[in-house]
Amino acid sequence: MREDIKKVLILGSGALKIGEAGEFDYSGSQALKAIKEEGIHTVLINPNIATVQTSEGVADTVYFLPVTPFFVEKVIEKERPEGILLAFGGQTALNCGVALYQSGVLEKYNVRVLGTPVQAIMDTEDRELFVRKLDEIDVKTIKSEAVENLADARRAARELGYPVIIRAAYALGGLGSGFCDNEEELDVLVEKAFSFSPQVLVEKSLKGWKEVEYEVVRDRFDNCITVCNMENFDPLGIHTGESIVIAPSQTLSNTDYHKLRELAIRIIRHIGIVGECNVQYAYDPESEDYRVIEVNARLSRSSALASKATGYPLAFVAAKLGLGYGLFDLKNSVTKTTSAFFEPALDYVVCKIPRWDLGKFHGVARELGSSMKSVGEVMAIGRTFEEAIQKGLRMIGQGMHGFVENKELVIPDIDKALHEPTDSRIFVISKAFRSGYTVDQIHDLTKIDKWFLRKLYGIIQTANALESQDTLREIPDDLFRHAKRQGFSDYQIARAVFKEDMEDGEKAILQVRQERKYRGILPVVKQIDTLAAEYPAQTNYLYLTYSGTENDVDYVGDHRSIVVLGSGAYRIGSSVEFDWCGVQALNTIRKEGWRSVMINYNPETVSTDYDMCDRLYFDELTFERVMDILELENPHGVIVSTGGQIPNNLAMRMDEQHVNILGTSAKSIDNAEDREKFSAMLDRIGVDQPRWKELSTMEDINSFVDEVGFPVLVRPSYVLSGAAMNVCSNQEELERFLQLAANVSKKHPVVVSQFIEHAKEVEMDAVADKGEIVMYAISEHIEFAGVHSGDATIQFPAQKLYVETVRRIKRISKQIAKELNISGPFNIQYLAKGNEIKVIECNLRASRSFPFVSKVLKINFIELATRIMLGLPVEKPSKNEFDLDYVGIKASQFSFNRLQKADPVLGVDMASTGEVGCIGDDLSEAVLKSMLSVGLRIPEKNVLLSTGTPKQKVAMLDAVRMLAAKGYNIFATGGTHRFLEENGIASTQVYWPSEKDKEPQALAMLHAKKIDMVVNIPRDLSAGELNNGYKIRRAAIDLNIPLITNARLASAFIEAFCTLSIDDIQIKSWQEYK
Amino acid sequence: MTKATLILDDGSIFEGTSFGAEKDVAGEVVFNTAMTGYPESLTDPSYAGQLMALTYPLVGNYGVPPFSIEKNGIPGFMESAKIHADAIIVSDYSEDFSHWNAVESLGDWLKREGVPGITGIDTRALTKKLREHGVMMGKLIIGEVEEGKQPAAGNYEEINYVDRVSCKEVLTYGESQGEAKKRVVLVDCGVKANIIRCLLKRNVTVIRVPWNYDFNGMDYDGLFISNGPGDPDTCDAAVQNIRKALQGDKPICGICMGNQLLAKAGGATIYKLKYGHRSHNQPVRMVGTEKCFVTSQNHGYAVDNDTLGDDWEPLFINMNDGTNEGIRHKTKPFFSAQFHPEACSGPTDTEFIFDRFVALL
Repeated sequence: MREDIKKVLILGSGALKIGEAGEFDYSGSQALKAIKEEGIHTVLINPNIATVQTSEGVADTVYFLPVTPFFVEKVIEKERPEGILLAFGGQTALNCGVALYQSGVLEKYNVRVLGTPVQAIMDTEDRELFVRKLDEIDVKTIKSEAVENLADARRAARELGYPVIIRAAYALGGLGSGFCDNEEELDVLVEKAFSFSPQVLVEKSLKGWKEVEYEVVRDRFDNCITVCNMENFDPLGIHTGESIVIAPSQTLSNTDYHKLRELAIRIIRHIGIVGECNVQYAYDPESEDYRVIEVNARLSRSSALASKATGYPLAFVAAKLGLGYGLFDLKNSVTKTTSAFFEPALDYVVCKIPRWDLGKFHGVARELGSSMKSVGEVMAIGRTFEEAIQKGLRMIGQGMHGFVENKELVIPDIDKALHEPTDSRIFVISKAFRSGYTVDQIHDLTKIDKWFLRKLYGIIQTANALESQDTLREIPDDLFRHAKRQGFSDYQIARAVFKEDMEDGEKAILQVRQERKYRGILPVVKQIDTLAAEYPAQTNYLYLTYSGTENDVDYVGDHRSIVVLGSGAYRIGSSVEFDWCGVQALNTIRKEGWRSVMINYNPETVSTDYDMCDRLYFDELTFERVMDILELENPHGVIVSTGGQIPNNLAMRMDEQHVNILGTSAKSIDNAEDREKFSAMLDRIGVDQPRWKELSTMEDINSFVDEVGFPVLVRPSYVLSGAAMNVCSNQEELERFLQLAANVSKKHPVVVSQFIEHAKEVEMDAVADKGEIVMYAISEHIEFAGVHSGDATIQFPAQKLYVETVRRIKRISKQIAKELNISGPFNIQYLAKGNEIKVIECNLRASRSFPFVSKVLKINFIELATRIMLGLPVEKPSKNEFDLDYVGIKASQFSFNRLQKADPVLGVDMASTGEVGCIGDDLSEAVLKSMLSVGLRIPEKNVLLSTGTPKQKVAMLDAVRMLAAKGYNIFATGGTHRFLEENGIASTQVYWPSEKDKEPQALAMLHAKKIDMVVNIPRDLSAGELNNGYKIRRAAIDLNIPLITNARLASAFIEAFCTLSIDDIQIKSWQEYK
Repeated sequence: MTKATLILDDGSIFEGTSFGAEKDVAGEVVFNTAMTGYPESLTDPSYAGQLMALTYPLVGNYGVPPFSIEKNGIPGFMESAKIHADAIIVSDYSEDFSHWNAVESLGDWLKREGVPGITGIDTRALTKKLREHGVMMGKLIIGEVEEGKQPAAGNYEEINYVDRVSCKEVLTYGESQGEAKKRVVLVDCGVKANIIRCLLKRNVTVIRVPWNYDFNGMDYDGLFISNGPGDPDTCDAAVQNIRKALQGDKPICGICMGNQLLAKAGGATIYKLKYGHRSHNQPVRMVGTEKCFVTSQNHGYAVDNDTLGDDWEPLFINMNDGTNEGIRHKTKPFFSAQFHPEACSGPTDTEFIFDRFVALL
């Protein structure tokens, strides 16, 4: 049946970034599974080393190389695959594939595109072709005009009438797009859009229409199904990645539903998709009028969501269809008996909610619009809408407890906050209801369908009813049950009843739990089975609900299962790396003959794929829900150390409930997490740390600073706005930061630490068994301390550490492991200056760099750790990092281009959204590969430098000399220009925006595309102000010009591309580094 | 809120609240896995005698459209003139509704039509029970359950529901002066309005006759046998009439009950499925081809493929359980579908069946 193919190349999506995140690890992993089981050799190109798809045993050959036409061609030349899959690596893979097709590379090497043909891809990507194509079958699209200059854009907008939407063609996730109400706004947006694409689209805006999506599958025999439809809670105008999404649609009648379904099928037949695609519609809330917004001829974030929402493995099926199968050849992978040619019937409702991290960025615009800013998402499952959305609002993990009973929001202008949505709009709706707004008023301001608003109002009514009770005992049974069916957590009920009297939230939760159990109000476990119970399911994809009386699964109570707690929503600081850790733990548990159980709720992950474990609970990671599951499951034990901070934070409370926490004890975890306890322990064992104090008055802060001197690191315990921590270099900065960002008081103290400048940061990732280190990896940051470890560029093995430093780090790590009696994974961060070593942080769990060091070293740290936690004997691996003949570099991916107005500068708070890891024979090669993988380009000829403080200028001098010697034209701002002159390096002086009358202006040169790379080093690490440097940095980002803001990283990159050309980069697979 | 209780024949009890008419009923309890289309399903005459449980939990969201009658006498948005299901069973009824075309809530409509509804029960547990045990008779009691005051649950198989829902006299649609249109006799076993709409859209005159009416003497170009409720073995009169028509060569098409009656007329036998097919997602494959269709279905009986006579062969097969989904005559223009090409509710992929039929006239 299938095409005769022996080797297939699949393109990944690279580092996680806003608009292109973990969903492509999931789809790529599924595709690889589908192809491998056919006995076909798989070759994967993806520099994202933290993914599951780049793990051993998933693809046969893995290249940690940039997914760009240049490198993909080289791999094709070497590997000679017969087929290539373009649909599983997001827009990155799709664009790369189209480029390779257009340049004739695919034809030259006789590589066939499997699945949707490239012509069909181009028909959907090029707006004009797309509209024409749909016109041919009388399907309505949004009227838009493609323009290639500003004048035409203005004319088009006048003709269509404002408001209009601007989009850059061929751009992922709405990059460079937005709404404009007038010509002024248009001018700004259009210029930006042109920096991403030569073609810009001006469209009539249909703000306020419903937004509905269908996921459609077609095989080469023209058989079509729509697997799922989804309705956006937020009407058109907010990017679907920024919207709360409900599946299936809630407010569409049968006629509406099937009208759009029939159109979707007609469209994909006409375009000629083979595999999967999604069709997005704008739908008139007052009639059956519609417009097609777009068609994505590839797996997307929505298709990952649809897979999880329905249990239908879209990527797996799409890969099989690409190989030539018909849908009728494939089985439903949940029932294993019925056909894969069907449309799932849901008997639950799911709710996707985006996770934003805008608080991490200085100056970022918080309004939501037509381009995406969220960094992750959650999916909540319930049997009422209220249950699903309240679960979801807890899952996003920003301290909210649901739709009600949260910390009071301060909203100065509710009308405005409803009308101009930001990341907190759902809570503004809650606040508006509480302030007396009616459903109609909120509808007028938001255009959110009244059905959703009335349901939300129902939650408010229940909250009011609960609040009229004074004790838990008083709550009538019906109300108690009703609240639980509406997704109220025990905490929300406690807060509603106890009100101001509630002091200890954790204790109150236990009281509600007890009362609830006494009354027999318990959740039930239901299965997601794709057919609404019509056929029995063979898989255990589960969720909990209070709308039910019976569990779908049996509990045998044999204590043979191990529960692994997942990592929740992807967010800045916790991402695909913890999914990798979770999956490795599950694999090891299974391999050792235990039943593996996962609890997680992130639809972008592999760990929430129901065939990765024996039971998957797609549910909350709150204490309440985890305990519900543990009480049913009665496992042998729970692993809390592979899911990042969320499970780690539950350890103590679970321990109090006598849950068997595997590996390092909860008490030890607490001893490492609690600053006071940890510090005391370090003192006791004679290990040094930067001096710090928790302080609650300005006087105390000042006297501490007098002792340790500036700069200091300030961490408020209660953040008002802006970043959570900051480095302050002088008194003025300190005072400004504390005034702006934090309230210092007894209740909200700040932690002030000594900040050591020009120190190296070193990471120790290790696994210990009963206090003894079994395996470790020491890696070194390229940047000096001060750049968050999640943003830093990391070299492994460490390249430039003194032997003595390494020795001391090993010794201290041993001491700490012993003292905390660690069994399992842990990570310690060190500062090294000279041979002085200080401990900054210690986490008794897997860290972000575990997949990186595991893959570079080719020793699976999590497998080792899991075996230890299972109590199995482990042998110390004989290999260590000093045996490696190659270097790994982990580099960070930033998404500043998505975050309008944010200052693209790095500091002590993490800002990156993803990472890559590349391997090279030497440092320069690895640096070059990794920098190209995160989207930097080797500059052609012109480089703009502003290199900060004198110390930093000196630090960069060698690199700048290399630039000059290599023949680059150097442009420099005043201070840098003079410094270079003094050092005999020629440069052209350019002027800051504040030096208004002088020419040439740096900004003008950027806008004229005369600069190929910008190195802009901020003078200090304080909060970015709207100053000269900010304007240059922001312009570089908005105009898509490579930008580096750290002197040591800039030097490393410059040195790399001055000593190596792109052609010197070796095309070596991971397997070839031995 | 009034209490409501669903009691199945095997003694299982599901307690919820009432949201429709306050009236006790008994009937066959079936489940439907469609996620939309409650107005269409409730007015589908094939649900006569049944208490319909919806597996999709949220019901009522988009309210109920107006009960309008078009000029040609066919309802505008509904599938017949009234609700035919005896009750509706859901998990999370939504009294709040939102849709531009809605005029009332589902609960208000049920009350107006005197049909009870129960919400707040574990419909998934109910469905699993029906899946494992097979469909069974049940009672819906509104208010307190009192012994001896409950409606008697009769035997679904023994009742001729077709006779209850079929038209009582011959009705003609789409006749126009001066235009020579093909004439289609539609045997009404409980026809859904959209079958008539689909035929009229293809510019034919539809002569709708009662289920047991002998149409053989009429002047017509093609015969169409509709869907309908209940056990096909209670419809012998229709089978006899169809059998006569099989002697001729005029095109014959059937849907659902129509498939079963045509098969019976051709000599095949029918059996009752354990729990039927009631959903929008039933996959069927056209026999001998690579063509597959997602279909809307509502049937509790099936044609036994092994009993088809030598002149007949399966036209469609269900891809999940291998049951018959349509038959065709090997030489004559007779064919039928067990699924619903007219949809309403459900997917519209197989409307081409009407094109094929009309093309044969």
